[in-house]
Amino acid sequence: MKPFDYTRAASAAQAVREYAPGTMYLGGGTNLVDLMRLGVAEPDRLVDVSRLPLDTIESVRDRVRVGAAVRNTDLAVDPMIRARYPMLARAVLTGASGQVRNVATVAGNLLQRTRCAYFQDVTRPCNKRRPGSGCPAIAGDHTNLAIFGASEACVATHPSDMAVALAALEAEVHVTGPGGDRIIPMPGLHRLPGEEPERDTVLEPGDLITAVELPPPPTGATVYRKVRERASFAFALVSIAAVLDVGEDGVVAGCRIALGGVAHAPWRAERAEQALIGGPATGEAFLRAAEAELEQAGPLPRNAYKVPLTRNLIVSTLEGLAS
Amino acid sequence: MNRIEGRVKVTGLATYAAEYPVENVTYAFPVQSQIAKGRVRHVDAQAALAMPGVLTVLSGEDPPPLASGAGELALFQSREVAYRGQIVAAVVADTYENARAAAAVVRVDYDPDDHDVSLRADHPGLYKPDHVNPAYPTDTEKGDIEAGLARAAAVVDVTYETPVLHNNPMEPHAALASWDDEGRLLVYDTAQGTTLSRNTLAKVFGLPKERVRVVSRHVGGGFGSKGTTRPQAVLAAMAARAVGRPVKLVLTRQQMYDVTGYRTPTIQRLRIGADAEGRLTALEHVAYEQTSTLEEFAEQTATPTRIMYAAPALRTAHRLVRLDVATPSWMRAPGECPGMYALESALDELAYALGMDPVELRIVNEPETEPDRGLPFSSRNLVGCLREGAHRFGWEQRDPAPGVRREGEWLIGTGVAASTYPARRSPSKARAVVQDDGDVLVQVAAADIGTGARTALTRIAAEALGLAPERVHVELGDSDLPEAPVAGGSMGTASWGSAVVRACEELKSDGREGTADTTEEVQGDAAFSRHAFGAQFAEVRVSSVTGEVRVSRLLGVFAAGRIVDAKLARSQFIGGMTMGMGMGLMEETLTDEEFGGFLRRDLAQYHVPACADVLDVEAVWLDERDSELNPMASKGIGEIGIVGTAAAIGNAVYHATGHRVRELPITPGKILMF
Ligand SMILES: Cc1cc2nc3c(=O)[nH]c(=O)nc-3n(C[C@H](O)[C@H](O)[C@H](O)COP(=O)(O)OP(=O)(O)OC[C@H]3O[C@@H](n4cnc5c(N)ncnc54)[C@H](O)[C@@H]3O)c2cc1C
Ligand code: SF4
Repeated sequence: MKPFDYTRAASAAQAVREYAPGTMYLGGGTNLVDLMRLGVAEPDRLVDVSRLPLDTIESVRDRVRVGAAVRNTDLAVDPMIRARYPMLARAVLTGASGQVRNVATVAGNLLQRTRCAYFQDVTRPCNKRRPGSGCPAIAGDHTNLAIFGASEACVATHPSDMAVALAALEAEVHVTGPGGDRIIPMPGLHRLPGEEPERDTVLEPGDLITAVELPPPPTGATVYRKVRERASFAFALVSIAAVLDVGEDGVVAGCRIALGGVAHAPWRAERAEQALIGGPATGEAFLRAAEAELEQAGPLPRNAYKVPLTRNLIVSTLEGLAS
Repeated sequence: MNRIEGRVKVTGLATYAAEYPVENVTYAFPVQSQIAKGRVRHVDAQAALAMPGVLTVLSGEDPPPLASGAGELALFQSREVAYRGQIVAAVVADTYENARAAAAVVRVDYDPDDHDVSLRADHPGLYKPDHVNPAYPTDTEKGDIEAGLARAAAVVDVTYETPVLHNNPMEPHAALASWDDEGRLLVYDTAQGTTLSRNTLAKVFGLPKERVRVVSRHVGGGFGSKGTTRPQAVLAAMAARAVGRPVKLVLTRQQMYDVTGYRTPTIQRLRIGADAEGRLTALEHVAYEQTSTLEEFAEQTATPTRIMYAAPALRTAHRLVRLDVATPSWMRAPGECPGMYALESALDELAYALGMDPVELRIVNEPETEPDRGLPFSSRNLVGCLREGAHRFGWEQRDPAPGVRREGEWLIGTGVAASTYPARRSPSKARAVVQDDGDVLVQVAAADIGTGARTALTRIAAEALGLAPERVHVELGDSDLPEAPVAGGSMGTASWGSAVVRACEELKSDGREGTADTTEEVQGDAAFSRHAFGAQFAEVRVSSVTGEVRVSRLLGVFAAGRIVDAKLARSQFIGGMTMGMGMGLMEETLTDEEFGGFLRRDLAQYHVPACADVLDVEAVWLDERDSELNPMASKGIGEIGIVGTAAAIGNAVYHATGHRVRELPITPGKILMF
């Protein structure tokens, strides 16, 4: 591990002032410190933002504001979150382990990096870690990597469960930084790899996440489901956060589908959503919608299973929500 | 009995190899090859030597002398690179952090060659090894396979594959080495056998055995990966000699994947024929496996097929290929575990081909004597295990039709497979002596790698002496104690226990002390086929939506001689079965074909079962009497639990879904792509 300086910021503004190239913000450290041990992240300086006074969950009129430093466990067990956004509580609880969730923060969870095996091994090439060095995952191990929106440069997936639920809930990510404050609506925080796989998100250097704001819960039934070969403590092969609102006439009034484990960002299945809204809430319609979405899938040999998996998951989840 | 060291372990007071307080200690950190084949052209240590706290850099540039010049332990003795991840240099520094930081800047230049890391059944380099681990014949053949297949009413000809698997003991491999003024070497090692580790180190450093001492009082799991001496022990000793100070070396989890052995991948072809009543007419099992260019390790994959079922024509064969990979080694039940996965899965296929119940099919083929050598069995209760298990599991009500039971999206199925493991013992020494307070001290260089050996030996000695277990104190894990074999091959308790009983018997007649050496006794063991047997039953739920497999019930019934201690035995059995579940559903190390070496080298990526996967795992045993074994009448139980589990699960997955996945692990992806 490369030697580094460490400071603890007292306020968000101070944290941003402390920023200089080579600086990284430190949340719970459950991802960043691992990557530093592996030599993947080599900051000169850490500014600890885990103890900023951004650790509360507050309701502001009909919205809920979750501080960036709220621990994953505290988010998942919060009575208001559980009552109003059960899908979010569920998504957080399916992630990692109790011990990891106790220290992991909301901002850190959003900004955790891909679990691609090559990315985590500094002795192998990886465009995301060393731009221009190549993407060995395409010919090698991509079993758990992307089927949507990947590029020739990178086929990584974003591993967060929480981010998938936030994408379905259309949460807003509040950011402050050297360039001022801004609000980024989910799923807009994460980007597709394109030519610049080294950039996971649209954040600029020095940007600090201060909060995640949840709009009023969507109308309709919601659910989060995660698929994994081990029953716990495993990243998603594919996950889904879905909202379905079926009117009394049996017509779909609203539908949101966010998928995890399939792309470089939480993937809103907009084609499927569009295909469903205004139509009947039947198994047949769900299947057609899933297939419409999967037309744009670009699976590789070892992750081709994610195509039927995603299709089945969309259909079965919507059927569950419709009944 | 409760574990004797349970309290010190859960309170954190048990001292493991890397934890001994040693003055003036320094730290070593390895530098590993980044190519899979070729030569080290030059190791440039300049930058590393200039880093803070660095004492020296060891490499092939100035090879520290060793007495033995080949194999995985001959560190820096050659410039040839045999696999990616091989240790090619090491930094010694005043702190772990300084050693590790400096290791990162050691520059190694290579002349790389093209590598080949892929096992294939048609690999041109396949050859027939002289024997398979530890000393079995490579091939066996009796009767006419082709004729047997030709007259069969049903034939299966199937190929099963198992991936590279890694032992993942909780305690990483570590060593703390120091040399005293008289040139004696002391190593606190993570060894499954201190006698063997001492002998190996003595040979590697060209020392008389008396000048080497290896201590491993507590070992945090091994499963075979600590059965042979690993590079960390040699490197720590070599580094300590170079800097004239004690050296501590703890491998990282990733390094453990590279240099502490693994289970070879296998490709196994089975051809089985049976007549209309299910009696086998031919049974052929051919296994393809890999080894390294450094050392030969030939896993005994097809050997269980030599003893399981009566067949007039029986052929087994092993073919090996030397690849540019690390040397595979022991992993819980080497041979039996992957071999029985394939055999017991193929037998299930045969049962379907015949339209016969798979429990009955096994019973019909019960041999009277060992099929391979014709030897009588010292005891064999496979049929008893199958019947008892079938009864407890509710097998009688089973409808064999695949893919028809459903609860919502979940398809439900059950499967059965047999287990077996040899019941061996090796010579051991032991000493028992009455202490001043009247308690008895028992000494044997046995190893407790988390199995409960210390507790089992206490109980064995107490029974032999007619004393309460509290009055017996077992000292183990030190090569200065009476010599003993490794904790391996499920023969630890049988071997050490034999010597302990004999020493206790002598103490009883002597009144003060007894010593034993069972070499002669063991050599005089009569010619029997000695094996433990078992039957495992699995119930699985497979999601028709996601392909996820959950094991809702797992039952193992074992016949393993007299069970020395029920509590310890249950832990061994269910631990083995849980590891078998991992093998069946999730464990897999990927070989990196492009760059060599392994991928997924940590516990976030190499999945073993989590608590949530282990829903209902039950182990029971038959009361088996076998007087031919050893004074305890016991058979080893450390490995049989993992044998057969993956097949039972795979067979249950077939019963649930109608899909026969012949490549482990059975992941959601494989089920969905059917
Ligand atoms: C074994 C294991 C299994 C896991 N399984 C899962 C799983 O199944 N599902 C899942 O979703 N996650 C899983 N995780 C990941 C876990 O959720 C993340 O490690 C965690 O959420 C990261 O949060 P943190 O606060 O520790 O972030 P850190 O490690 O501190 O930081 C992560 C990143 O965020 C940046 N950062 C932190 N705070 C801010 C801020 N306020 N503003 C800007 N940047 C910031 C850091 O600079 C760093 O780049 C697993 C982790 C482990 C170790
Ligand atoms: S998929 Fe992306 S993260 Fe993985 S190796 Fe390729 S570039 Fe690196």
